[in-house]
Amino acid sequence: MEHDERFGHARSVTLPGPLALDGGQALAPVTIAYETYGTLNADASNAILICHALTGDQHVASVHPVTGKPGWWIRMVGEGKPIDPARHFIVCANVLGSCVGSSGPAMAAADGNPYAMRFPVITIRDMVRAQAMLLDHLGVRELTAVGGSMGGMQVLEWAATYPDRVKSAVIIASAARHSAQNIAFHEVGRQAIMADPKWRGGDYYQSNDAPADGLAVARMAAHITYLSEDGLTEKFGRRLQARDAKGFGFDADFQVESYLRHQGLSFVDRFDANSYLYITRAMDYFDLAEEHGGLLANAFRASATRFCLVSFDTDWLYPTRESRAIVQALNAAGAAASFVELSSPYGHDAFLLEAPELNRVVDGFLRAGGL
Amino acid sequence: MNDQALLGLRPDLRIIADHVAPGARALDIGCGDGALMAALRDHARVDARGIEIDAANVASAVARGLSVVQGDADIDLAGYPSNAFDYAILSQTLQTTRAPDKVLDELLRIGRKAFVSFPNFAYWRMRMALLWGGRMPVTKALAESWYATPNIHHLTIDDFRALLKERGIVTEGAWFLNGDKLTSAWAANFRAEHAVFLIRR
Repeated sequence: MEHDERFGHARSVTLPGPLALDGGQALAPVTIAYETYGTLNADASNAILICHALTGDQHVASVHPVTGKPGWWIRMVGEGKPIDPARHFIVCANVLGSCVGSSGPAMAAADGNPYAMRFPVITIRDMVRAQAMLLDHLGVRELTAVGGSMGGMQVLEWAATYPDRVKSAVIIASAARHSAQNIAFHEVGRQAIMADPKWRGGDYYQSNDAPADGLAVARMAAHITYLSEDGLTEKFGRRLQARDAKGFGFDADFQVESYLRHQGLSFVDRFDANSYLYITRAMDYFDLAEEHGGLLANAFRASATRFCLVSFDTDWLYPTRESRAIVQALNAAGAAASFVELSSPYGHDAFLLEAPELNRVVDGFLRAGGL
Repeated sequence: MNDQALLGLRPDLRIIADHVAPGARALDIGCGDGALMAALRDHARVDARGIEIDAANVASAVARGLSVVQGDADIDLAGYPSNAFDYAILSQTLQTTRAPDKVLDELLRIGRKAFVSFPNFAYWRMRMALLWGGRMPVTKALAESWYATPNIHHLTIDDFRALLKERGIVTEGAWFLNGDKLTSAWAANFRAEHAVFLIRR
């Protein structure tokens, strides 16, 4: 396995497909960029799939090639962590529609030009089906799936679509459907991108002049939803940015303005505006109950999967009641479910930050599942 | 269940653990850190699920590999389907609920049978404390002052029996505790500090 090209960091595979999509189209071929950590054991029973969030990527525990920052979940994944390459075979793949190496709008279509808006609209289930193709390629049949936010939606979709493959499922700060408020915030982001004259109907790749302003505004709006009001107040309050008095103009007078502008600007260096459109669309279309006759419990009937859900008390993007609704459905379906609401000042972002209680819960849950 | 497994369990939980059929499905409501569930799982192959209101307790229970959901007995039992469990277990929790009679109904809807354990407010030491001291009793079993106690619906063994009779609920077993020792049913309402009932519809 030492020299198996399929395993390691910065991997990519192009599978012939076709991948039949929920929207009715088919994608072929399908390219998936991914990373693996640790070694698949002899009976292929130690695999953990980590599903990333909206703007995440496959660099879960390795240095990001563009930003130079450490992996996005090194608090959860690494030596001595709940998900540990010394014990687990860890897979993290860039989702379909994204822009860090997997098939998406920025990738070249058959005619050699970028897909742009010709890329088919995809769903969370399409992302999961693509991941299943990758795991087949890697020789993994049974797995434990772990994810936060949109990653949690993928985990739910995994359990519903491939119940016989998912042994355990960890769903953190997530929901089984996008609410009107969730859709509304995403629509603000999409409109910001499409209102940028540089968007050009999505055909901006040749110009080398992407709709960065629109994408930055989209990121700024979204970023607010990832934080709690208390967190913002504590971090910035009404403090002014590098000045003693208000400027009576429209510079970033307040620290919070400066912070958001920075968040927007640094985001456009690593993310593609069209991918942002496609992935937010996939999240808005997500409604697991709808896929199962309108009753969420139907998604988990006869499921042998063990579920663990965690929410955070200050998360207003995917609040605790969303997790509770999933837990109720799991109970109604008789599935083995654990759920806890943890306390954190950090809002939705809490799952990415230092959270010892989260690690304790995930570690215990995984070990109890034989991992 | 072997004695080793029961060591360290609270006396009322020990009685419950002793009388749950091996391999059964049980829902432990107010399961704390999961001590009873772990004993049932490890030594009687019981498929145990739990509900617990305190987040730190839930985290501890999940960390020991148990399926525990954070929730409130007064609210969250409604989400469970009928007859989903062989046993519903409510230990030392009935007197803390807002609507104990409704919780009792829910227990017997969700479980074919239910274990209910509670502190007996008519225990003679309680009576003495109230009679001679004229103050709300604070004992080893009920250790908190009136303003701090989570026990908002105190009851006696005879109160519980009366409620069962009124609702046509059948008693399959009853155990009475004095400290951590079993005591006879004779004058239990006076002599027993704790009671454990096994009931069914």
